[in-house]
Amino acid sequence: MVEGSADLEMTTQNISPGMDLDDKTRAELERAGVIVTRVDFLYNWSRSNSVWPLTFGLACCAIEMIASATSRFDMSRFGSEVFRPTPRQADLMIVSGTVTKKMAPQVVRIYNQMPEPKWIIAMGACAISGGPFKQGYNVLKGIDRYLPVDVYLPGCPPRPEAVLQSLNYLQNKINDQDIKADPAFTKGRRQYPVPEFTGTDLEPPYNPEVWSPPENPNGEPVVPPKKTAA
Amino acid sequence: MSEISHEPLLKEFSDAHWDEAACAVIVPEGKARAVAEWLLEQGVDYCSNVTGVDYLESEVKEKINNEAGEEETVTRTEPGRIDVVYHLYSMRDQTGPLVIKQRTSRENAQVESLTPLWRSCELQEREVFDLFGVDFKGHPDQRRILMWDEFEGHPMRKDFVEPFDYEWEPTPHDEILEKHKKGKVIV
Repeated sequence: MVEGSADLEMTTQNISPGMDLDDKTRAELERAGVIVTRVDFLYNWSRSNSVWPLTFGLACCAIEMIASATSRFDMSRFGSEVFRPTPRQADLMIVSGTVTKKMAPQVVRIYNQMPEPKWIIAMGACAISGGPFKQGYNVLKGIDRYLPVDVYLPGCPPRPEAVLQSLNYLQNKINDQDIKADPAFTKGRRQYPVPEFTGTDLEPPYNPEVWSPPENPNGEPVVPPKKTAA
Repeated sequence: MSEISHEPLLKEFSDAHWDEAACAVIVPEGKARAVAEWLLEQGVDYCSNVTGVDYLESEVKEKINNEAGEEETVTRTEPGRIDVVYHLYSMRDQTGPLVIKQRTSRENAQVESLTPLWRSCELQEREVFDLFGVDFKGHPDQRRILMWDEFEGHPMRKDFVEPFDYEWEPTPHDEILEKHKKGKVIV
């Protein structure tokens, strides 16, 4: 350990590789009442401690999401209690529950309406992969087929503690964002194509920009989808 | 809550019959509205549940006595059908349930809508229309309720073929494992 490490632990974390000051100098400056920081750090720090989720529930997972906002679990300890009822004011979408194929276009549309920067937590087995309904005819096999998911939160449904932990993971992720390079800040408002209904499924079945099917390592023969009889 | 007796109904409508196994009154074709109106007059004022049941064509073995008086097992083909089941209660008398069934063919599934008499049937008849493809004559607003409008087919029918969208999975099991063994995966 370097000299004065106890003091270093009290200071803000130096996460910037390109910074001219070393930790020791920074600590000395802080002791003198001068705080040296980066725009990235300050920006991300304030963002991550004020994540506003969208009031938006799809199935039973929503009940756990609501429970995590109540006084017993108290999501506001992490600065995320302000559930906004409109996508225009929210920056976190918690996809809490089964995304049916009928609901998927609306979910994508709501995401498109959210301003940048925006993040997604896929909550529960259904939102991640379709869960127990994966092989059904009416459930989307994971919201990550259409939208870029930041944190996958498994469980059926996940406990409120897990919701809080996924929020912490998201905050860590936000803290690591480079505001010059991150797509949230460079691409303008990200909007993804809204899938359309067909006779059997959604078209397209996934967005190749954000998701591609897993490769089959066994090299089994490829059978094209045949026309299904109604 | 005591059950509603089906005897008066059978007395009033002689061509209706009681299905002991199903504990339900089978309503004759085309008479459902008349039966329902009569029941409503008797105070059966609440329809709690509407659902459909799909029966495929099946072979039934039954024992009959032939001309010589001997017992004989014959096989006959039972045609497929769709039952639309109504669970009725009386809020006035605090009695129920009484189960009535409308029968229809699978090919041209058409029954009479009871929504004009019991408003609570509306959404449930739409669900039966959506999932079983039963046409309800006289329904005020008959369209799909669970699936999207463009959807083809009726998923709760037993011969419904689900869309072929199976993908390779690291840990397949059951039906998916069978499909994997046949190599029937898209990627």
